[in-house]
Amino acid sequence: MNRRADFPLLAANPDLHYLDSAATSQKPAVVLDALREFYETSNANPHRGAYELSVAATDRYDAARATLARFLGVADADCLIFTRGTTEAINLVASAWGWRNVGPGDEIVVTALEHHANFVPWQQLAIGRGATLRICELTSDGHLDLDHFRTLLSSRTKVVAFAHVSNALGTINPVRELVALARELTGAVIVCDGAQGVPHLRVRYDELGVDFYAFSGHKMCGPMAIGGLIGPRWLLETMPPYQMGGDMIEFVHDQTTTWNVLPQKFEAGTPNAAGAVGLAAAADYLDAIGMDEVLRHERELVSDAYARLAAIDGVILYGPPPSERSGVVSFTLDDVHPHDLATILDGDGICIRAGNHCAQPLMRRLDVSATARASFYVYNDKSDTDALIAGVLKAKEVFGHAAV
Amino acid sequence: MPLSDRSAQISALYQEMILDHYRRPRNKGELEGADASVAMKNPLCGDEIYLHVAFDGDAVRDLKFTGRGCSISQASASMMTQLIKGKSAAEIEPLRDRFRDMVMGKADASEDASLGSLRSLSGVAKFPARVRCALLAWNALETALAERSG
Ligand SMILES: Cc1ncc(COP(=O)(O)O)c(C=O)c1O
Repeated sequence: MNRRADFPLLAANPDLHYLDSAATSQKPAVVLDALREFYETSNANPHRGAYELSVAATDRYDAARATLARFLGVADADCLIFTRGTTEAINLVASAWGWRNVGPGDEIVVTALEHHANFVPWQQLAIGRGATLRICELTSDGHLDLDHFRTLLSSRTKVVAFAHVSNALGTINPVRELVALARELTGAVIVCDGAQGVPHLRVRYDELGVDFYAFSGHKMCGPMAIGGLIGPRWLLETMPPYQMGGDMIEFVHDQTTTWNVLPQKFEAGTPNAAGAVGLAAAADYLDAIGMDEVLRHERELVSDAYARLAAIDGVILYGPPPSERSGVVSFTLDDVHPHDLATILDGDGICIRAGNHCAQPLMRRLDVSATARASFYVYNDKSDTDALIAGVLKAKEVFGHAAV
Repeated sequence: MPLSDRSAQISALYQEMILDHYRRPRNKGELEGADASVAMKNPLCGDEIYLHVAFDGDAVRDLKFTGRGCSISQASASMMTQLIKGKSAAEIEPLRDRFRDMVMGKADASEDASLGSLRSLSGVAKFPARVRCALLAWNALETALAERSG
């Protein structure tokens, strides 16, 4: 089925092979239309005006939250806080919960395959509060080493943070097992970075067992600068606010202030209501395809790409076999630096990412400074893989004539 | 831009000279008695250049580099060390400006003999994302010279 036609940028550039959806996805027309429609029909400041248009804006914003909550399996929609994305969501937890609950002698457990967004806030929290950061290492095939994970957990562990899916390798982490171990051995708060989970997997937050779950709209066909944090009501209610200003207050006295209820308590200032409406349209778009079909489609493409890349002399692939990952292939080619490879592919209209994928701790462990990463999504098809393979062979040729 | 033009630009970018310097870098290694060592990194793509410079008055008596990265950053460093060795700060400055203008597409220095083998990097001008790679070693040199003049 050709979904490319649903995406105006791709439809307008038939020669473009967009293989960088792990960085950000393209946006379908239904999402762009929703943004425009919000501004054309419902634009007013939500929660603030005592007039019909403002009520309409508020309703649209609330309805978007309800749609997202349904899409992500969250029964209590007030526990879905809109943020700018995953980065802000994780920082919210590290600041509002972490600074108050983590202290000297405590431990924070993260993993070696985290995106910097789920690594640096914890590292800095540990430094700031005199706690210890402990890092779960990987097995040689790019999985978390569960035996090692177990040894890191104790009653001192206050936070356990891990990605649902790795952006650099595509590894899908065994959330159930990680949660079971963390619950058995610690009283820690469990934080899951869902930036690469929500776009590719069917997520049921209420069944996952994690405490906090963060995600970004722009990787799941939604607009940029909208995403969310989901958390348990009892935790969110005991946490202090993250930012202060309008909407998040109840009464502001001269010397003290009381806070608004969830979700407003964590949504200071004018919200990105249009973004939320666009994101809801993205969730509906993915829902109509079906998340099981999204993953099946990606797996089919990634399995083919993986096998064909593996057959090229000089290609090294990183991470687990295709059946255990989402639509990401990370690789290197001979001594062709990934940045050079990306430039050569760009010459043929193929967009891949080259670099450390915001995962420098992981790159150190793989002992590379960078990899090339192709990531597939709903609009990709076999012609994209054909172009990728042809491009890699071409890069081999460009670099080949000066080979030692 | 039609893809065929882009393809031609790729061929122009990856000249034999660049790949040769990438594979067989000149002046690569530690420098005994270096007066300055400057680290320059591009966190975006992981390019790293460590430039080691020994001065003689205000002239660069010798310089070597270590590090790793893409062909553009490494070849640029290799060619730069060849060109700069023995030159004074006053001679280096206009060369640096000409090289910078060339890779940023502000001036056509591809015929400028004073740049020597570095002219082979003129194709970078068509690839804005790669300009930083080409300038990495030069930025390290600039820092080393600035530290020298204090
Ligand atoms: C696994 C992972 N975590 C966190 C992020 C950060 O997301 P954002 O930049 O949307 O806040 C990303 C995306 O870059 C990611 O892939």
